[in-house]
Amino acid sequence: MSEPHEPTPRIRLPASARPGEEIEVRTLIDHPMITAVAIPGPRDMLARFDATMNGAAVFACDFANGSAANPGFTFFVRAQAPGDFAFVWTHEDGREFRLERKVEVG
Amino acid sequence: MGLRRRGFLAGAAALVLLPVPAAAVTLAPDVAAALEAILDGRTPVEGGIVIDAPAVADNGAQVPVTISVDSPMTEADHVTAIHILATLNPAPGIARFHLTPHLTRAEVATRIRLAEAQEFLVLAELSDGTVRQAAARTAVTLGGCTT
Repeated sequence: MSEPHEPTPRIRLPASARPGEEIEVRTLIDHPMITAVAIPGPRDMLARFDATMNGAAVFACDFANGSAANPGFTFFVRAQAPGDFAFVWTHEDGREFRLERKVEVG
Repeated sequence: MGLRRRGFLAGAAALVLLPVPAAAVTLAPDVAAALEAILDGRTPVEGGIVIDAPAVADNGAQVPVTISVDSPMTEADHVTAIHILATLNPAPGIARFHLTPHLTRAEVATRIRLAEAQEFLVLAELSDGTVRQAAARTAVTLGGCTT
């Protein structure tokens, strides 16, 4: 039994923005998203992605079998000070992979 | 020359994704059940959704899809959820997105798995409780449910 794969999430955000400005958020995580439907073996799937800004929910996704491997999203957020972003990917087994990023809003 | 040009235009047209009326798509029982779980008794309205996906995808395991719903995304009037359902995958669920008025647009781009050529359904739930639906058909050169 090998160690569970430790994914490396990546985020693309602007370094700074004016209050109310539209900013593009790009997310990516390396994960095989194995449903174990077509091949025998253990299932290895992310269950959920959550994006927050200053502690408030902004965007989320519940994954399902039709979600592609290495799931990524592009979405557009209205920047609000202070611009503290957090991104959490939750595995079906309960593990969490978290990344925090700051956008200077002002 | 004229014929050659016409042939080119016909070929180009085949690459354009044609919207499919969602209500006209045949649904297997498991897909119909997944749809009804989302609708919860509501009747969806056709349209108000743009699906940008390839008419032909080389790799069904990584099909790029952008979904845009016509919405001002204000506190009073916004999209709360977008669902994607496959009609011919081993399981209908593809993804469910949760949206908030912190987003400037009701738009998300991602990549999905399609096991074979099929229609897929997009449902958008709005803050006033209504539901919109749309569908698109993508052909697949290499099927995408191998994991």
